Amino acid sequence: MYITQLSVFVENKTGRLSEILDELTAHNINIRALSMADTEKYGILRMIVDDTLKAEEVLKASGVIVKNTPVIAIDIDDTPGGLGAVIAKLSANDVAVEYLYAFLAKDAPHAKVVLKVNNTTKAEELLK
Amino acid sequence: MAQYYDKQIETMPREELVKLQSERLVWQVKRTYENVECFRKRMDEMGLKPEDIKGVEDLHRLPFSYKSDLRDYYPYGLFATPLSDIKRVHASSGTTGKRIVVGYTEKDLDMWGECVARIFTGAGIGKDDIVQVSFGYGLFTGGFGLHAGAEKVGALVIPMSSGNTALQIQTMIDFGATAICCTPSYALYIGEEVEKLGVKDQLKLKVGIFGAEPWSEEMRLQIEDKLGIKALDIYGLSEVLGPGVSYECPEQAGMHVCEDNFIAEIIDPDTGKVLPYGEKGELVFTSLTKEGFPVIRYRTRDICSLNVEPCKCGRTHLRMNKPQGRTDDMLIIRGVNVFPSQIEEVLLKVSGGNITPNYQIVVDRVNNNDTFDVNVEMSEAFFADEIKSIEKTEKLISEQLRSMLGIGAKVHLVNPNTITRSEGKAKRVIDKRKI
Repeated sequence: MYITQLSVFVENKTGRLSEILDELTAHNINIRALSMADTEKYGILRMIVDDTLKAEEVLKASGVIVKNTPVIAIDIDDTPGGLGAVIAKLSANDVAVEYLYAFLAKDAPHAKVVLKVNNTTKAEELLK
Repeated sequence: MAQYYDKQIETMPREELVKLQSERLVWQVKRTYENVECFRKRMDEMGLKPEDIKGVEDLHRLPFSYKSDLRDYYPYGLFATPLSDIKRVHASSGTTGKRIVVGYTEKDLDMWGECVARIFTGAGIGKDDIVQVSFGYGLFTGGFGLHAGAEKVGALVIPMSSGNTALQIQTMIDFGATAICCTPSYALYIGEEVEKLGVKDQLKLKVGIFGAEPWSEEMRLQIEDKLGIKALDIYGLSEVLGPGVSYECPEQAGMHVCEDNFIAEIIDPDTGKVLPYGEKGELVFTSLTKEGFPVIRYRTRDICSLNVEPCKCGRTHLRMNKPQGRTDDMLIIRGVNVFPSQIEEVLLKVSGGNITPNYQIVVDRVNNNDTFDVNVEMSEAFFADEIKSIEKTEKLISEQLRSMLGIGAKVHLVNPNTITRSEGKAKRVIDKRKI
């Protein structure tokens, strides 16, 4: 399933992350999944929220650099080899995975994985 | 005993010196008017004719010239001789991406060599000496300028150029250098390395000629101690000549301006009014003998004062003290002129837009080396979803800065709205160096 992810620039300084999270809480926005890519000096906070448009708007208004990116969210079997099968299928069809992160949805039998790939349309087709 | 390269000129009574300056000024104004459009236009606008200038007493009537002229007339527009008479050019960075270019005729190069030769002779350097020139050779005037002067006094010259400190020290020891020329911060760095290696007793150095950046008395004492030398300060800028415009004699009490070739004035930078000797203001130079690239009342933007009192060394040429600041926002980092506008230009180019990202330059001196950091606020133009793209952007900014300035800067992308602003305007430069 194609969904929109928000990516936020976070400088590696104490308090920067909580400022962003506080802003979302203040506007009653719930984070469904998130991951943080970091370097020595800064990080990119990637998240899936329940109200993407609103989240983007409030973050921008508070002076945060935010970007929306199309990603794919899929269900995979919560068993050994579940993720491997998906990745194998993508790479066999020349779709490269830029990054991914997993999360567990409440009371669901499946694990969920967010994938950023170099060809979203093709990946979506393959994983239908 | 004081030593002179050209005793007659260097100790000329001031009255005679002023007479010589007057004759030369009249000549220079006339030929510059005839050959340089920029100067002619300004004179015409003021309704001034070259014949109105009868001597030094009329200097204050002449129009000023500026660094921006060099950009506006880039590259050869301010040369006062046909290009076929120009034997060499040098260049340095301008306030923006465009470099500024200056040219020298054969006679100019000779005069330059003589000015620098006065520095060496004053410092007690002559034909039995071995001079290591560790200023950069190239478009920068430092290397070639000192080189010519050292040759003029008959010294053996080691054209070392800058960089590779271990090799610098090895060369000094192996070749028996008795004098070293470089930037003062580099000299101190070399001194520290010498200390670490414990090779001070293998050095034959007597004297060091240092310039191209501001330095303190305390730094001088440290350099003198670590290298076991007498450290002398020199001053110059490419627009006027390069190194050798003024220099310290061994009295170390101000830099003698080569007044037979250059007239120095101090003006109020706001009103342009000439200030009396001793008062602090903007330093202005007029080149009296230079053929290829003459300047009339060139605004250096350096703040200092002039001292016309006789010097113990016997030289009659007036002395300027160390520049104590600038009237513009130019920084000197590792001996290189850096203008915030250059950084702006790079950021604008990299962001590909027409809005300059907010930035701040932070300069400090750590272990006697200038550190140079550029903080750039993250913006939509620079942000990407992936670390590798952001790193690519950072690298691109670094590379572009290096190619624009000739020195490297550490680039940091920071959160938006975190760069200090005062009254809505971001503070562009934080210079933490204590000089």
